[in-house]
Amino acid sequence: MSTHQVMTEKPMVSTDSYQVVHSKSGVFYSEYERKTDLKHQTHYCPGCGHGVIHKLVAEALDDLQVKDHTILVSPVGCSVFAYYYFDVGNVQVAHGRAPAAATGLKRACPDKLVVAYQGDGDLAAIGTAEIVHAANRGEKITVFFVNNAIYGMTGGQMAPTTLVGQRSTTSPWGRRPVNEGFPLHMCEMLASLEAPVYIERVALCDNKNIMRARRAIRKALELQRGGAGFTFVEILSPCPTIWGKDPIEARRWVGEKMVPSFPLNVFRDRKVEIPNNNVPPHKTVAELVEGEGKAGAHVALPHRQHLFHDLGIKIAGFGGQGVLLLGQLLAEMGMREGLEVSWLPSYGPEMRSGSAHCHVCLSKERVGSPLVSRPNVLIAMNEFSLHKFASQVVPGGLIIYSLGHLPEDFSAPQAQVVCIPAAEIADKLGSAKVANVVVMGALLEETECLSPGTAMQVLETKVKNPNLLEMDRKALDAGRVYIDHTVAVGAVTQADGFAQ
Amino acid sequence: MRQLCKGNVAVIKGAMLAGCGAYYGYPITPASEIAEAAALYLPEYGGTFVQAESETASINMVYGASCAGVRVMTASSGPGLSLMQEGISYLAGAELPCVIVDVMRGGPGLGNIAPEQSDYFAMVKGGGHGNYRNLVVAPASVQEMADLTILAFELADKYRNPAIVLTDGFVGQMMEPLDLEFREIVAPEKPWAVKGTGETRKNMVSSIYLESDDLEEHQRRMEAKYIRAQQMETRSEEYCTSDAELVVVGFGIVSRILRSAVDEARKQGIKVGLFRPITLWPFPSQELAETALRAQRVLVVELSNGQMLEDVRLALDGKRPIEFYGRVGGNVPSIEELVAKIEEHVTAAV
Amino acid sequence: MSGQARGKVSIDIEECKGCGLCVESCPPKCLELAPELSHSGVHPARYTGHDCTACGICFYCCPEPGAITVYRLAAPPKAPVPQVQTRGEHAPAL
Repeated sequence: MSTHQVMTEKPMVSTDSYQVVHSKSGVFYSEYERKTDLKHQTHYCPGCGHGVIHKLVAEALDDLQVKDHTILVSPVGCSVFAYYYFDVGNVQVAHGRAPAAATGLKRACPDKLVVAYQGDGDLAAIGTAEIVHAANRGEKITVFFVNNAIYGMTGGQMAPTTLVGQRSTTSPWGRRPVNEGFPLHMCEMLASLEAPVYIERVALCDNKNIMRARRAIRKALELQRGGAGFTFVEILSPCPTIWGKDPIEARRWVGEKMVPSFPLNVFRDRKVEIPNNNVPPHKTVAELVEGEGKAGAHVALPHRQHLFHDLGIKIAGFGGQGVLLLGQLLAEMGMREGLEVSWLPSYGPEMRSGSAHCHVCLSKERVGSPLVSRPNVLIAMNEFSLHKFASQVVPGGLIIYSLGHLPEDFSAPQAQVVCIPAAEIADKLGSAKVANVVVMGALLEETECLSPGTAMQVLETKVKNPNLLEMDRKALDAGRVYIDHTVAVGAVTQADGFAQ
Repeated sequence: MRQLCKGNVAVIKGAMLAGCGAYYGYPITPASEIAEAAALYLPEYGGTFVQAESETASINMVYGASCAGVRVMTASSGPGLSLMQEGISYLAGAELPCVIVDVMRGGPGLGNIAPEQSDYFAMVKGGGHGNYRNLVVAPASVQEMADLTILAFELADKYRNPAIVLTDGFVGQMMEPLDLEFREIVAPEKPWAVKGTGETRKNMVSSIYLESDDLEEHQRRMEAKYIRAQQMETRSEEYCTSDAELVVVGFGIVSRILRSAVDEARKQGIKVGLFRPITLWPFPSQELAETALRAQRVLVVELSNGQMLEDVRLALDGKRPIEFYGRVGGNVPSIEELVAKIEEHVTAAV
Repeated sequence: MSGQARGKVSIDIEECKGCGLCVESCPPKCLELAPELSHSGVHPARYTGHDCTACGICFYCCPEPGAITVYRLAAPPKAPVPQVQTRGEHAPAL
């Protein structure tokens, strides 16, 4: 156990008229309570760059007076325990994910400073996607990227930034570009993006460059405090233990070996004006939740006596024929007439091309299965669907086929079949697209399952364009009239539309 | 207000009622409408929507927002959930609440986009590394997509743990009437959150406990809350079970088809009833055992090769014979198919 | 150099890990590693007692947050005492 006494308050003026000018930052905890032992010093090895970077970050946060407004995101790597030291809000995250977590934090706390502190394995290997996309979105965070060309915490494996020829435990013969690729240059990569406002690479290789690092770190944080966008500082940093060098050699090695491979530069320093075309919030949750329901709620429902207890409808055809929409309209109408309803589509690639179908249940009671395996009504909008589904129709059920006559080889002895050339009728009205509404007219006329009045009410809420609405109204009427007067049943035209 | 609503959209309507402040997600069939609804609605009232670069990023954005005390969610389907497992483990380890929706599709691998219930193990039993549990609710209707999303937010905050809404492509894609009226739902205080303020400066969110004793203590604390959840939070629904000789067990979309099958079978005089777990974790073992012990046998139906089946077996502990019927690959059994299975098992019992 | 030095350095020998970076970095070479071992078994840095200019380089090169404290001789009584608000103001210009 250490007998060390930590000074909680440092004298600002010593007895012999000396004044403190450089001392431990108030952004550090005076004692590292979160450490299990040796609470008076860091867990870093002698000569480690992390300690220097921690001091530069702490000093800047102190000077910018943002200790109470900062959230530090610690990564996985040697700096996983950054929260031991920084007396700010602390969050520790999964390997490589700091920019994603920082995104969630910054969006939640837009006026706070969110600082992600990451190593090379964390940022440039496992977290490459997260850093690139956070930078590309221009997240208003600051990322300190500590590049020591090696995996320190796990004992010296190759990093994405390991130099060509540099030995590591997983590149024991030295990094060979033919096998391991070249070192990744993160500043240069990120500088190809539009959104970042500040990108600089600095090195802890000598006194002068340490002071440059100090300025870069301060600048990045200051920019964030001012509300600027994505700021990024890469710090080439020594790892004496894993490199197998003493701290002084290691520091020199940063300058002599790393800097030539990772040139020091300000890669980006500009004000980026990102157009803010966000629509400001203007609705309440109540409006959004109740939404369309509210629009239809005031429509007086017709008092209808539904003649069925349950009605299962299957509608099938080509994608683009309005198959799914027709089903939705029927479900909506059923709901407005006080029925329990469900609508279940075929979904996915099918809805983009090829065939499409959906299931509609109308019931006086809670709908069990929304899947209609034995439909009372099949609406077949093409020949393929007719062949595919006709046999599923229950005995005494109805098939509405949206073509003028049945195919030669078709038979469905158990069902009544109604043919209606819906596309032709719709085309004459001005658009083949309303064929599905023509079919709906036929269904309503044939079965009287739902009221045409409800159909128009629903169409009025769905179709905003008055010309289209008028066409829909005509289509609905045309479908009904066709059934009334000229329906083709099976292969034979019958006055009442029913097969014998 | 009654409105015809898609299951996936109802999730967001429920989330808005629950005060969801942020959604981070990545599109995938058959869950994409959840992201689309979030993109459409959340910014309208000041919420956040970000389309992330991956599900891995999504779940970590959720992690960040949850750290700040925001009610936050994401949604995906199987392949996306596989990518999220890392983040879910971290969320559980750091005791961060959030809601994750899994609109299950066919697997493994790319599988297909048709409904399956094959993520049961991954979601209910864990999936990520370490000792943790997810709170899992399983909606079977559009109404429940909203209601159980609200419940998931409440459970997540209550237990400081991820809550999963485990559903499937059919429930996500179907439309049904939705009754939702605005009501004030107040999220609990989160004094542990890290908000970048003086009051929260000493707070720290992490799942790392380097010392064995510390990690053990942390896990014991988590276990204690899981036991509490098991005692308090099980939910289930029964249908026609009071005189049932055969109890059929299914969740989500399967329970809907089973309900219709029970109606059909009863018309033929078969005494069959339905037990539907609403929470999959904690699993309503005691409720199921009480119901099943009144009957002679049990039939479990799933869109999987028998995953929930294991929990049913544990609940009944060998006291009743259990049969299983599963469809996979995106095939969903018809009512007739299930009636035939019910008949088969009743006949076998005679 | 004679008389009182412009600055002085105090080193917390229990926090110091003896890496020697401060000794290497000090422009007037006024730091050295102590011959005796500290509690943690390293040769900690120490101020020779001469020639410190209070430049602060050692502070910035030292990886330990509180191992080094740098002092500057206060201005003569007649001059106003500068308020130390930000440590940054005294950072060495290089």
